[in-house]
Amino acid sequence: MQSRPGIRPRRPGMWAIRGPLSRRQYWLFAALGLLVPLGLWWVVSSGAAVDKVFLPGPVDVFKRLVSWYAEDDLLSDMGISIYRVTTGFLLSAVIALPLALMIGTFRPVQAVLEPLTDFIRYMPAVAFIPLVMLWVGIEESSKISIIFIGTFFQMVLMMAEDVRRVPLAQVEAAQTMGADKGETINLVIFQAAKPALLDTLRVTMGWAWTYLVVAELVAANSGLGYSILKAQRFLQTDKIFVGIILIGLIGLVMDQLFRLAHRKAFPWLYLKS
Amino acid sequence: MSTPKISIQQVGKLFGEGSHQVEALKDVSLDIADNEFVTFVGASGCGKSTLLRIIGGLEYHSAGEVLVDGRSIMGPGADRAMVFQHYSLYPWLRVMENIKFSRRLKHGRENISEADVEAASGRADALLALMGLTAAANAWPNQLSGGMQQRVAIARALMGRPQILLMDEPFGALDAQTREVMHDLILHVHRLEKPTLAFVTHDVEEAIYLADRVVLMAPRPGRIDTIYKVPLPAEREQDMKHTPEFLGLKKEILARIRETSGMKTDQDMLDQLNLGGAAG
Repeated sequence: MQSRPGIRPRRPGMWAIRGPLSRRQYWLFAALGLLVPLGLWWVVSSGAAVDKVFLPGPVDVFKRLVSWYAEDDLLSDMGISIYRVTTGFLLSAVIALPLALMIGTFRPVQAVLEPLTDFIRYMPAVAFIPLVMLWVGIEESSKISIIFIGTFFQMVLMMAEDVRRVPLAQVEAAQTMGADKGETINLVIFQAAKPALLDTLRVTMGWAWTYLVVAELVAANSGLGYSILKAQRFLQTDKIFVGIILIGLIGLVMDQLFRLAHRKAFPWLYLKS
Repeated sequence: MSTPKISIQQVGKLFGEGSHQVEALKDVSLDIADNEFVTFVGASGCGKSTLLRIIGGLEYHSAGEVLVDGRSIMGPGADRAMVFQHYSLYPWLRVMENIKFSRRLKHGRENISEADVEAASGRADALLALMGLTAAANAWPNQLSGGMQQRVAIARALMGRPQILLMDEPFGALDAQTREVMHDLILHVHRLEKPTLAFVTHDVEEAIYLADRVVLMAPRPGRIDTIYKVPLPAEREQDMKHTPEFLGLKKEILARIRETSGMKTDQDMLDQLNLGGAAG
């Protein structure tokens, strides 16, 4: 496009390829992205043609949220679910981290563990439920086990990849400064991989939540996933909605907490240029 | 000549296994004197970086021996610090912490007194000043330009007082002006700290300007072709790059690199460059 005389070239608009977007505009669009579906939902559900059993409106869902909170101990359902997800996730992270460091650092460990992990990771976690019930029983530990199985194997592989991505020059520089194996792993490889590892934790935390409902299939009598399943039996569609939305919100909050931790822990990645 | 600082004796290096085996180095022998500055040039695939990495203990040689002070080397060590082309700084440490990295290692903490710790702190400050980085002491590496990052890498390598400094195309990613500044800086460091310096580059002008001797290597298999003694006074100045001695040597080395690369004409060379990208 030719610019006309007297007219200064304008800065690229937001629709330029990878164009700029101000903070205010960003939040405006973000709000739009949330409010439009909400509005659509409200409009569709308030039409006479739609039975509340199939699609309860936002107001019904909100009322159910309040009554669940007031009469049905919503907080303890949330609490137990958060406990299960967090425990399964942390257990997985604590075991995956050292393994991933070893896989990403030593080729023999990689050769022994990676194909095996790759194989197990394709087995559906849900299919392990009968085995878990047989081996672990139907206590809390069984639900935590399912979440563990669902997240652990993916987590190990992703973390090992994070470790492998540490630039070789960083490792070799340490070696030529006299670092031994332990120091190279602790002071360089682990430190260099940390930001990527925390990102992997954030992503896998989301997966842990997706296995919650599955986990609470196993003889649970509390929790958000269990409540959703029970509500299905009684056709309480509004309660199913509350459960799903709450799981989404808790996931969103945790995701944001991970992002905040990332910014606090690794300030050099967030410098303004 | 007394005992050489580095003695490379009939070194060979094979890469790969079975039928894919490539002879990266064959029968390479070279003595480097204490405090000498030697640069390595040569066409792609001549094994100059591999040779440097073998001296650094980062690569294992398949044949021959590498001696430092008459003793066979066993893997990497603090006596042979290495500076890489890039990505070697620790982005999670500030500039000063990067320079002092070797102080965190057991190796650097063995039998040292309070006075040593203080001296080390003084040394870090001195290196920072030497590299013109005093104002950047608290910056993160990714806030620095490429030239400044390499200065931090050099200071960090010097921190442990290595007797040998190995540099693998350290200025390869820098622009021409920054490079010239770095050349005079590294010559200054060489005079001041007196390390033995082995320096790999693909820039012939750089190789001549810095070195006491330029080692020209040839590919397939990687070997030493010719060793040129640089006919310039020990104290180098940028103006020397325009003297007939300098230009003559540059022309001679460039011609020999072209001959040994197996390409007959400049056009072959250009084609190779266009296809091959970065030199090895």
